[in-house]
Amino acid sequence: MGIPTLISTSTASNSSSIDITSGIDSTYDEYMFVFTDVNPATDSAEFQFQVNASGQTGFNETITSTYFNAKHNEADTEAGLNYHTGGDQAQGTSYQSIMGTMGNGADECGAGELTIYSPASTTYVKHFYTRSSFYRSSDYSMDVYTAGYINTTTAIDEISFKMSSGNFDGVIQMYGIS
Amino acid sequence: MAMDLITTNTSSGAATSDFTTGIDSTYKLYIFKFYDVNPATDGTSFGFQANAVGASGYNETMTTTYFQSYHSEDDTQSAGAISYDTGQDQAQGTSFQKLSSASLGNGGDESCAGELFLFNPSNTTYVKHFYSVSNSSKSDDETMQIFTSGYFNITAAIDDVQFKMASGNMDAVIKMYGVG
Repeated sequence: MGIPTLISTSTASNSSSIDITSGIDSTYDEYMFVFTDVNPATDSAEFQFQVNASGQTGFNETITSTYFNAKHNEADTEAGLNYHTGGDQAQGTSYQSIMGTMGNGADECGAGELTIYSPASTTYVKHFYTRSSFYRSSDYSMDVYTAGYINTTTAIDEISFKMSSGNFDGVIQMYGIS
Repeated sequence: MAMDLITTNTSSGAATSDFTTGIDSTYKLYIFKFYDVNPATDGTSFGFQANAVGASGYNETMTTTYFQSYHSEDDTQSAGAISYDTGQDQAQGTSFQKLSSASLGNGGDESCAGELFLFNPSNTTYVKHFYSVSNSSKSDDETMQIFTSGYFNITAAIDDVQFKMASGNMDAVIKMYGVG
């Protein structure tokens, strides 16, 4: 059996969000979202996600999360590994940052993946993690790791991606892994 | 590249989850994905070990790394950090290697999930490399992402892998895939 299975492809073209409201259910134990060519309209905006529990709206589930990154600038004057407290949440209901301070230049973008485990579980919290690489507005290469859990035992069946400010271009492919 | 599901082990109140068939020269990479891992004992950890061909006891020699990123729900006790944990790695050790937080919660909604990559276990020339990434809900209400990696310092082929808690039984779903 070949996997992952492509479930849907969503394309943003100067869009305020990509909302995926079908296809997330108990069919798969793991869902992987691959995002490519993510380019914000607003310089230094953050690419983010949130979810809805089944029957809910508003994309505001409770999240506790971590965010750290490796960085290196084009001028070769700064490089390092940092925990970024501005990117995490402690029982927050905001959109979770995946890529912060993105560049909006014509050739600047970000790409990566988000994995959510067992979103249909009605017993456990829902663990997730992301890894992404993006072009920072101040001309850095950024390697970002976020992880955490959506602190609900209700099944999750909807997900939303957007920028912290403004619209964006991008492609998001949702895969199921069985 | 093909990725094939080989085995699914579903554990309910079990001491171990064993993969004793299907690890051979068919694939260069084996991926173990673990979901809904919930310990019976609070504050314990989820780990793995292996047997070389013909060996038993799950006690092969490893040298490993272990680092973590963590953040508490109340945003106070652990306000967010990344660190290397020398208490969880091994230097030519034969213990089970921790893949989760060292202090998993056993609450009704607490669990761990992640994946372990084991490279070319049937090779008889080189050591056997692996790495893992997982996320845990800890017993003290923190999220903790764990990164482990290392090698089995043996040239014999590996054909058995076992997962278990450091203490007590567990519920878990573990899937083994072959890639290549």
